Amino acid sequence: MKLFKDISKVAMVASLTLAVSTPTFAADTIKVGILHSLSGTMAISETTLKDTMLMLIEDQNQKGGVLGKQLEAVVVDPASNWPLFAEKARGLIEKDNVDAIFGSWTSVSRKSVLPVIEELNSVFFYPVQYEGEESSKNVFYTGAAPNQQAIPAVDYLMNDIGVERWVLAGTDYVYPRTTNKILKAYLKSKGVADSDIMINYTPFGHSDWQTIVADIKSFGSEGKQTAVVSTINGDANVPFYKELGNQDIDASDIPVVAFSVGEEELSGLDTTPLVGHLAAWNYFMSVDAGVNDEFIEKWTAFIGDENRVTNDPMEAHYIGFNMWVKAVEKAGSADPEAVQEAIIGITTPNLSGGVSAMMPNHHITKPVLIGEIQDDGQFDIIWETAGLVAGDAWSDFLPGSKDLISDWRSPLGCGNYNVKTAKCSGQNY
Amino acid sequence: MKFKNFLSWQRFTSFLSLFFLIAGVFSPLQSFAKEENFQELLNQLSTKDFSAKFNVIEEIALKNDPKTQFILNSLLEGKIYLIKSTKKVVFALKENNKYTTTGLFKNEPLGIFTKSEVSKIRINNKIRKKIKTSLALLDLTHPDESTRLTAVKSTYKSINKEVFNIMQLLLKTEESEDVRNSMIVVISIYNLNSDNPSERLRAIEILEGNLEPIVKVQLKKLIDNDLDKGVRLKAQKAVEAIDSKIEMFKTVETLFFGLSFGSVLILAAIGLAITFGVMGVINMAHGELIMLGAYTTYVIQLLMPNHIDISIFAAIPAAFIVSGLVGIAIERGIIRHLYGRPLETLLATFGVSLVLQQIVRTIFSPLNRSVSSPEWMSGAWEINGILSLTWNRLYILVFCLIVFAGLIIVLKKTSLGLQVRAVSQDRSMARAMGVRSNWVDAMTFGLGSGVAGIAGVALSQLTNVGPNLGQAYIIDSFMVVVFGGVGNLWGTLISGFSLGVINKFMEPWAGAVLAKVLILIFIILFIQKRPRGLFPQKGRSAEAN
Repeated sequence: MKLFKDISKVAMVASLTLAVSTPTFAADTIKVGILHSLSGTMAISETTLKDTMLMLIEDQNQKGGVLGKQLEAVVVDPASNWPLFAEKARGLIEKDNVDAIFGSWTSVSRKSVLPVIEELNSVFFYPVQYEGEESSKNVFYTGAAPNQQAIPAVDYLMNDIGVERWVLAGTDYVYPRTTNKILKAYLKSKGVADSDIMINYTPFGHSDWQTIVADIKSFGSEGKQTAVVSTINGDANVPFYKELGNQDIDASDIPVVAFSVGEEELSGLDTTPLVGHLAAWNYFMSVDAGVNDEFIEKWTAFIGDENRVTNDPMEAHYIGFNMWVKAVEKAGSADPEAVQEAIIGITTPNLSGGVSAMMPNHHITKPVLIGEIQDDGQFDIIWETAGLVAGDAWSDFLPGSKDLISDWRSPLGCGNYNVKTAKCSGQNY
Repeated sequence: MKFKNFLSWQRFTSFLSLFFLIAGVFSPLQSFAKEENFQELLNQLSTKDFSAKFNVIEEIALKNDPKTQFILNSLLEGKIYLIKSTKKVVFALKENNKYTTTGLFKNEPLGIFTKSEVSKIRINNKIRKKIKTSLALLDLTHPDESTRLTAVKSTYKSINKEVFNIMQLLLKTEESEDVRNSMIVVISIYNLNSDNPSERLRAIEILEGNLEPIVKVQLKKLIDNDLDKGVRLKAQKAVEAIDSKIEMFKTVETLFFGLSFGSVLILAAIGLAITFGVMGVINMAHGELIMLGAYTTYVIQLLMPNHIDISIFAAIPAAFIVSGLVGIAIERGIIRHLYGRPLETLLATFGVSLVLQQIVRTIFSPLNRSVSSPEWMSGAWEINGILSLTWNRLYILVFCLIVFAGLIIVLKKTSLGLQVRAVSQDRSMARAMGVRSNWVDAMTFGLGSGVAGIAGVALSQLTNVGPNLGQAYIIDSFMVVVFGGVGNLWGTLISGFSLGVINKFMEPWAGAVLAKVLILIFIILFIQKRPRGLFPQKGRSAEAN
């Protein structure tokens, strides 16, 4: 009996190695690149996305793959090192011959990859909410543009909470700076005075929030309802919220609405002092939809941990991957050029019970949800947009980009077409 | 006028009855029909429309029912659910994804449901605020003095006729001086809008020098809008007085922020002051030793989940031992082969730091771990409306001083300290006197590493516990040690505090990013002038360097 066990073990190992090694010479797979940092600062967020992609690919393979071929994931680690993203992307396309890449988290890593993807004319799916002001022929933005997250959140605060004074607090890099520029222009267009807007930037990983929180406290004690719109990134949030809690700033006095805090960030945090603070996303794990329950079940089973959470960028990959699969099927080939054309107009279910569509500007339609942090680290959805919001590549509130539109369908085929001068400016993005 | 009076009288009586109710005079007419009505009202909470829900809550708060407080509290805690099949709103306890429901009035069990069969009655901030103020009004007659005081203070933001009436009523029976005083503040704030100018003047007089933010807001409104010139002038004066007080307290606050920031810098740097300062080893893995201390705290909390409040005390020696041992291992395994070759030491220890980070990532996952703060460390010590010092910062400041004192004692009063100083001053002479310099090196490095571990315990209370924790502090630590003067613990103390205070005084006008840049520029310039830092070490080894 034992012998039999051993033999079967050996056989299993052998077949496993075979299974792993076959793809290297079999031409019958479609290769998908996964470009997420597995080490360094961003590993905290990006490792989860790598696992999500592996799960989605495994799932698709069980359904029979795409076009009768199995999918093969090629995972590389750009190690939170921005130039390395470009290098690894080149390797994926040139050496590994992948047909599509899913990856990146920070805007700077996307910007680093961009020239390579465009030069080699591949397909790149970017799953994180970002500052907009970009539309590339080769990139598909499945995360939220500012009008799919920031603007609706501000509308909610203004109309439902009656906020009159605004603190725009962010980490000092491109996403918060651009978002705050858009928000400031938007607020001013709504008649908010300059003196009622306070803008504050902090370095990455800032941990001493005493002064800033004290400033927010005194800014908010002038008798007008105040709210903080936070684009504070990643790690710096934990000490920020801790300080808020310690200085007794209650969510019902000064609510904080965050654009970068999701279920995963909260899982490293004691959330009791945060109850009532807000976050705006296009998906929350607590969304009440059958397709979401199914997804969560699959995820916890895949990762082997019942307590693992799901979050918005994961949903973005879910949508992006399914769109890509459909586009490949529609085009009848995984060739990037064909997929780029086929994917526009493709619709797939999102996890909040609706259907998302890929727009001609390479952004997608999504609902906008606002959730309140609960003591179990989850969000209660307290508000959502009536319908789906289409991502806008070029903000309508910035002077430079007001007149730009993006439409990658022929005959226009342009990511930054100026409707006033009727010109497609030369740059690609 | 008469009609208006009548209206407010009606409202007053409704609150009066509420008051009597809390005082324990329950209506004996608790009938079944009444409960039915109440349940009916509660069932309306299942609406998705938050403004409708708000109105329902308002009605509930005004109900003269002994269950009101319980229901509002449960709502706040998220324990009120709707059973989807019967459309009944009930109390539910969640356990292992099962919801055990009971009726709100008779506690009768209504069955156990799964997640999809019930839905939580969700509340938003507006409703939460409403519930809190309603509960605070119920707390005004609480037997505990401090609860009453917080209840009175929580009404500051929503002072209206009703609150005013209740305060006037309660003022007569209130025994505690503090509570009475804050009730008078409420009454005076309300009186600032009285029709009678002399009443307003008197209110300003009472509120003079009060630092509650609401007082300043209301006084400012008077300055802008009041018809009476005397009142305007008086309000102006009062605001000026408040402003000058605020300015003073703000300075005190900034000073405290600076000292507390400095204490964090010192804690992070002081281990380095020993390894780098005394031994001259450039240890780039110092940050990771801090990180190990923080992770030790996390593990200790996992081991004693029911004693979070004291887990910190167990974590301090544990972190010292863990980081100390790792430090000794690094010294014995790597650094001792590289003495006298600073560049190689730097590279090797940098490599060690990466290895340690990845080990932690593999064992604990790259995600941050949640270290909870003990109850006694959260919240703030409210000195007045403007100045409040957070407890965790205060404790860490004190802790930093204790650690510093402890180290000084070890170095000055123990034989280990004597040997450490001897070796650092003149290695060959110390060896000639019979000091085992190898052993002393290992112990010194272990001591410095252990102190870094202790710093990790403190930092786990302030910031993320993740694999990158150490990286954030390594540069700051070197900065503090170099600025203070290599080899001088007192220099580290002074330099940490002064860098902290300078940083915090610059932050309000320069911003956090620029403040950091300016500090770095300042240190670069300072080192040009005084390469050995604030307090250069004297002695033979210093000259030999």
